[in-house]
Amino acid sequence: MANKILAVLEQRDNQLKKISFEVAKAAVDLGKKLNVKVEAVLVGNNTKDSLNAIGGYGVESVTLFRNENLTQYSSSAYSKIIADFAKELEADILIFGNTSMGKDLAPRVAVKLDAGIAVDSVKLEVDGSDVISTRPVYAGKALLDVKINSAVKVFTIRPNVFNAGEPTGDVPDLIVEENIDQPDLSSKLIEIKKAEGKLDVAEASIIVSGGRGLKEAANFKLVEDLAEVLGAAVGASRAVVDAGWRPHSEQVGQTGKTVSPNLYIALGISGAIQHLAGMRSSKYIVAVNKDADAPIFQVADYGITGDVFEVVPALIEELKK
Amino acid sequence: MKIAVCVSHVPDTAAKIKIGSDGKSIDPTDVTYVLNPYDEFAIEEALKTKEKLGGEVVVISLGEESSKESIKKALAMGVDEGVLLKDSGFRDSVSLAKALSEEIKTQDAKIVFMGKQAVDYDNSIVGQLTSEFLGYNCVSVVVALNIEGEKVIAEREIEGGKEVVETSLPVVITAQKGLNEPRYASLKGIMAAKRKTIVEKDAFAFGNKLEVLSMNKPQGKQAGKIIGSDASAVPELVRLLKEEAKVI
Repeated sequence: MANKILAVLEQRDNQLKKISFEVAKAAVDLGKKLNVKVEAVLVGNNTKDSLNAIGGYGVESVTLFRNENLTQYSSSAYSKIIADFAKELEADILIFGNTSMGKDLAPRVAVKLDAGIAVDSVKLEVDGSDVISTRPVYAGKALLDVKINSAVKVFTIRPNVFNAGEPTGDVPDLIVEENIDQPDLSSKLIEIKKAEGKLDVAEASIIVSGGRGLKEAANFKLVEDLAEVLGAAVGASRAVVDAGWRPHSEQVGQTGKTVSPNLYIALGISGAIQHLAGMRSSKYIVAVNKDADAPIFQVADYGITGDVFEVVPALIEELKK
Repeated sequence: MKIAVCVSHVPDTAAKIKIGSDGKSIDPTDVTYVLNPYDEFAIEEALKTKEKLGGEVVVISLGEESSKESIKKALAMGVDEGVLLKDSGFRDSVSLAKALSEEIKTQDAKIVFMGKQAVDYDNSIVGQLTSEFLGYNCVSVVVALNIEGEKVIAEREIEGGKEVVETSLPVVITAQKGLNEPRYASLKGIMAAKRKTIVEKDAFAFGNKLEVLSMNKPQGKQAGKIIGSDASAVPELVRLLKEEAKVI
């Protein structure tokens, strides 16, 4: 029998990240099925105001561990604080987001707690007293059902999959603040280099991606323009990243990012197996490609078998209406 | 100083995946296995680090006899020696990291490189787990690295940007594409690799905490509708996205 679930929230620059709501919601849903209580924890500094938004999900209390040097992520400090708190609470299920921070942090916490770890969950179900996690492997070409047999269990959940809905506006009943005197900063963040104003494919709810059908790097302007109209992130196929047209951070697919946005628009992408693996779990897929036999149409909800250079400008105009 | 690089032998990314008869793993028939793509960046960085700081590079792989192919590729690129930790069957990430950490201790390596994830199970956690077992610092998903004396400055990729992390040796670094341009094995390197030894030993035994219950094919997405073949289909597409899909 599980004892207590700990939802590990995430902030950057003192603002709660969207994944925090998804983690809280997933933890509370799991808690109801297992009939155990859920607490949440956040490491940061002046994050208390932002934490108010976590109310309404049914988390029993939220503990904020703070120090002026903890505004930014430190793997050494954060992992120690969270592992120590989980021990104190006797929490035996921990849930993190499968984000760049969560993926770095969760395994380190797991070892400190002698826990097993199951990452990138897209579904958490209960079978008796077991928690069954379903997760994509081989970049989504297969799904694995796994369970953890150790006393303490660590899960990470894939962003954009566990729907948190809108924050209710309720304030949590209990926010506890604890000061950390001397965090272990043996690894510390000294600078963040932001990609200027760009939305990342891993976090976006709409992605507009371009492939070799765009013919040359300069024509990616079309992809960028459509993305701007939709408030979308720009993605790219491996072929155009390998050709040096776009940075690797935009690559969608098996050696890039695996994404699950609400809408994925593929422009001039034929749909190699590595690419399909990385985006097939998108809720809606639109494909525009001259080649009607392109494999991308096998996964597309809506397709136009036309020239991207004609269709995309028309689409931008239509959306601006 | 000893530098370790840990590599995996995995199905090629172009491979079609079929579920095996046990219902828990893939059917390896007709699947080509290769050196994990991210491990090439790890090997290159290990070699560059040796060129700068001196020392020796050892490549470690846990797996079956066939993993020697990936070890040999690393040796041909210029790695000095290889270790195969013999194992078969499913081993979870925690158990894999424990076995790697035991060998890294034996090798007394203070700088460890790995790919940021293996493209089979896509866990992306083995480097961090290994660092924790060793008590080493760790920076994951690294796209730029500078080691000066004991000081380590690494840039790691995050959503919408990069974090610059300062830490110190000993350290585990997991490599992301973009960290470097992996070298090709020269003919001389391939010949030299034939004379290099691969030490074989049994992998450290450590029970799994994770149990695989079943492997399944994802539900195939049904091909949808082709709305048209030119720009005249655009108004209908926008209508469908707004009214049917409700995604814009």
